[in-house]
Amino acid sequence: MSVIYRKIKKIIGPLVFLDNKHDVQYGEIVKIHSNDGKVRTGQVIKMDESIITIQVFEETAGLSSENSTITFTEDSFKIKISSDMFGRVFNSLGKPIDINTKQVLDTEILTEIERDINGLPINPFAREYPSEVIQTGVSVIDGLFTLIRGQKLPIFSSQGMPHNLLAAQIVTQAKVLTEEPFLIIFCGIGIIQDEAIFFMKKFQESGNIQNIISFINFADDPIMERLIVPRVALTTAEYFAFEKDMHVLVILIDMTNYAEALRELSSAKKEIPSRKGYPGYLYTDFASLYERTGKIKGKKGTITQLPILTMPGEDISHPIPDTTGYITEGQLVLNRNIDKKGIYPPFEVLASISRLMKDAIGEKTTREDHADVSSQLLSSYSAALEVRDLISIVGEDGLNFNQKALLKFGEAFEMSFLNQSHTENRDIETTLDLAWKALSHIPRHQLLRIRQEFIDKYYVGEV
Amino acid sequence: MIVESKDPQEGFISAVNGSLVEIKGLENYVRLNDLIKISNHNFLCQVIQIYSNRIIAQSFENTNSIKLNEKVISLHEPLSMELAPGLLANVFDGIQRPLDLTFEFFQEGRLNKGLEFPSLSRTKKWHFIPSRKEKDTVLSGDEIGTVQETLMLKHRIMVPPGYSGIISYITEEGDYTIVDDIYSLKNGTDEKSFCMLQKWPVTERKPFSQKVQPREPLLTGVRTIDLLFPVAKGGTFAVPGGFGTGKTIIQQNIAKYCSADLIVFIGCGEPGNEIANFLKQFSETIDPDTGRPLLDRIVLIVNTSNMPVSAREASLFSGITIAEYYRDMGYDVAVIADSISRWAESLREISGLLEEMPVEEGYPAYLPSKLSSFYERAGIVATLGRDPSGKSRKGSITIIGSISPPAGDFSEPVTSATKRVVQGIWALDPKMAYLKHYPAISWINSYSNYPEYVAEWWDEIDKEWPDIKLNWFECRKQVNEILAKENDLKYIIQLLGQKNLAEDQKLELYIANLVRNAFFIQNAFNEVDSFTSSRKMLGLIKIILLLYNSSTQLVKQGFLIDEKKCDEILNEIMRISHYVPNDDFKPIEKLKDEILNKTVSLVFNIHRK
Repeated sequence: MSVIYRKIKKIIGPLVFLDNKHDVQYGEIVKIHSNDGKVRTGQVIKMDESIITIQVFEETAGLSSENSTITFTEDSFKIKISSDMFGRVFNSLGKPIDINTKQVLDTEILTEIERDINGLPINPFAREYPSEVIQTGVSVIDGLFTLIRGQKLPIFSSQGMPHNLLAAQIVTQAKVLTEEPFLIIFCGIGIIQDEAIFFMKKFQESGNIQNIISFINFADDPIMERLIVPRVALTTAEYFAFEKDMHVLVILIDMTNYAEALRELSSAKKEIPSRKGYPGYLYTDFASLYERTGKIKGKKGTITQLPILTMPGEDISHPIPDTTGYITEGQLVLNRNIDKKGIYPPFEVLASISRLMKDAIGEKTTREDHADVSSQLLSSYSAALEVRDLISIVGEDGLNFNQKALLKFGEAFEMSFLNQSHTENRDIETTLDLAWKALSHIPRHQLLRIRQEFIDKYYVGEV
Repeated sequence: MIVESKDPQEGFISAVNGSLVEIKGLENYVRLNDLIKISNHNFLCQVIQIYSNRIIAQSFENTNSIKLNEKVISLHEPLSMELAPGLLANVFDGIQRPLDLTFEFFQEGRLNKGLEFPSLSRTKKWHFIPSRKEKDTVLSGDEIGTVQETLMLKHRIMVPPGYSGIISYITEEGDYTIVDDIYSLKNGTDEKSFCMLQKWPVTERKPFSQKVQPREPLLTGVRTIDLLFPVAKGGTFAVPGGFGTGKTIIQQNIAKYCSADLIVFIGCGEPGNEIANFLKQFSETIDPDTGRPLLDRIVLIVNTSNMPVSAREASLFSGITIAEYYRDMGYDVAVIADSISRWAESLREISGLLEEMPVEEGYPAYLPSKLSSFYERAGIVATLGRDPSGKSRKGSITIIGSISPPAGDFSEPVTSATKRVVQGIWALDPKMAYLKHYPAISWINSYSNYPEYVAEWWDEIDKEWPDIKLNWFECRKQVNEILAKENDLKYIIQLLGQKNLAEDQKLELYIANLVRNAFFIQNAFNEVDSFTSSRKMLGLIKIILLLYNSSTQLVKQGFLIDEKKCDEILNEIMRISHYVPNDDFKPIEKLKDEILNKTVSLVFNIHRK
């Protein structure tokens, strides 16, 4: 028999306080029925003998101390999952919605299973080290910062940059190089409706929509739902990866909105803030999402995460990108100056890294010369940028032969390797061949990071 | 871990807030730091505050699903480590629950809550060889016998601290589990029997006879460290660095190759894939002497970022307690903690829940003192007890802790508090990492207090080229000078351009370039380059300095720098550091002879000014 309360003691922002009359359970989910017919969900976040503190996931406006009944469910927050979900769009709480009207549809999803949205941590000993490639069809990612199944690789961007386009391109082009089932879970956190419609349109055009499940939390939805939606998406991902043997790629956009919701809640709870008002547990909380990635020994499926965040003030040392960078296995950084040059995708190549790629690329998965080529590209591009700085001091005439060659390489690298159309899907062969074309502007004996046999085989410059 | 209590008192839960639990009814029965158990769920908690009518405890599990008024029992003992054979090559969480054994037993990839499982196997048999006989008198710490725990390490079974007496019984050589009684001691009329298993509370230091001054370096195989910023056995070091600067790689490389007898690696609040990578590498890398994977000399304590924070807070002290146990056997132990910042954050989180008054950035005021209580357990000591031959033992604990300062800002509380208790730091520089200069150890911000302590040791082992008056200390000095001069020259270059420098300044630049690219840059993924022996390291730096000295002479006489030759020599020395194995000293010898005979130098042979 569930316990029902009829009187609220206090309401402060998303928090509701009750006079405690029973043996409440920590983390328990409550249903709040108000007399306007709405049902809200909340969770017990603090309890003692006199007061129960409940965090409400939906809007608390309209609640009063007298107009609602609170039912304790004696259960944790669970969502329903089913393979009926493929190709459809859901709200933060896992209800199917219409993206154009934001209305909840009354088509019920057949329930296969119910799962607690918080999951359980993976035993670190049971983790398998990720080592298989996901091809995105974007040269700079596949060639230089290869995405690995089971990796979490964020994109650090800023407002006004084409990260949405890039995300849509990755979603429509991504595939595993083996013929295994592949699922994409798209999770919009606090995105505006226009963005949501843009994504849905892109997905429909791709013809791949049956392999995409979307969860959207709109910018005007209550902030509490922002904290729920990635957990709902990841719980769904875990089910399909670890129980249905699928490779799942989860796109989380935009993590900055998530962190801001966390800050808002923390301040409502009167917690002591740490940097820039974000709570001290920002790292632990981020980790509770990002760490739901990976491979487990004995399971076929994997979860890969591609969180996208906009850096406030384009500052990479802001707590949100900084904390993220400490947890994730690398980062892809977009740069406004490159974007202004008209290059897409506008990567800041030297600030980006994929830490898991070195063990995964090579003859068996991509191509034998991949590791050498990517390392050479980075080192030559770094040298080319130095030469560019030099020009402003000594002028182009003051450069020696090698420096001029580097300059040409830099140009070719940016314009034909990095630059690509947002509908162009390049396979790994094409990507590496383009890399060799750029590298061939450099005299072959200067390619110190590439083994001689590969130079002999792939170099296309003058002998 | 399993903790049982024979005579438990009962209390009940009166409030829950995050990982904190308030209990009533036990306030007169528990001591601070004692463990208590929420019986319905088997959750262990540690008492952190006691009031007249209630106590506050931190739960080592996620508190979801705990109910008010649930029963809690007291266990009458503090959080302790189980110490016995079976620690090496195993993986534990922050309160010593065995992650590998539970996974193998349950075949479950997730960590279920409230798991009760013994830390060390109670059924595995170890081959015990007694080294004492009946009627021998033994004191605390004396060796009773030995067990070959792994091929790499002999485990000494010692009389636990606080016990002594006459051996009234000792078993014969044979196979025993860690809970089988193997000897008894008689002290007056008391007789007590002992098994291999000992317990020790994590917050208490294990006793030793006395501390000694460090004199031997802990060789890491990282050239920048071994030459410029050495760490001594028994020393304390920190590695602060922003994300992407290669902290983890340096830590793992040191764990792999450093000259300690065993490693206690504490993965504290770090991502799970990093641990998976660590385990993979250490099971694949084979120790050349024993043919066994390097994991055989490692105890792993792992509390990843998504596991409960209270256990993360405990993990540092769990690790150091295990290290002290092996130190008492006379071994050199390296404790590598990754990362201290995540540990400090767990402290901050709990302190926030307790509504304590924060000082800087939300950290509690006791952060520095807690940090010191960890780092102060390092050191080189004369241990309690003796071998059967009557010899006393010396063991050491070296602590290397990484710090992840937010935004790479070294003035933040954890970095500044750590700097006050450690003897040196390897400061990782994001700018160097950006330019792919690894290891990105900044020679401007790093320091070590140990060079004077270890200089003598280097003179003793430096056997090559006695006629050349360049010892380790002198090499350091010269390299520091070269780097300092380069730093000054940078400003001039910005004004004048490189071409307009004087010839001797150009030489300084080339040599600095040589030191940076051929000596400091080290590829952690290249089999040869990832570790440099002390002999090769000295050889390399000496030929660079010889080249510098001889070329300086020639430049003074009016010779000009030959850029092409500089490139050739750079490539030759890089080839030696990258591809010539540590034990092949011939190419270095040859290069030295050529430099001394002036057949190799950085200047033109014929063109005079």
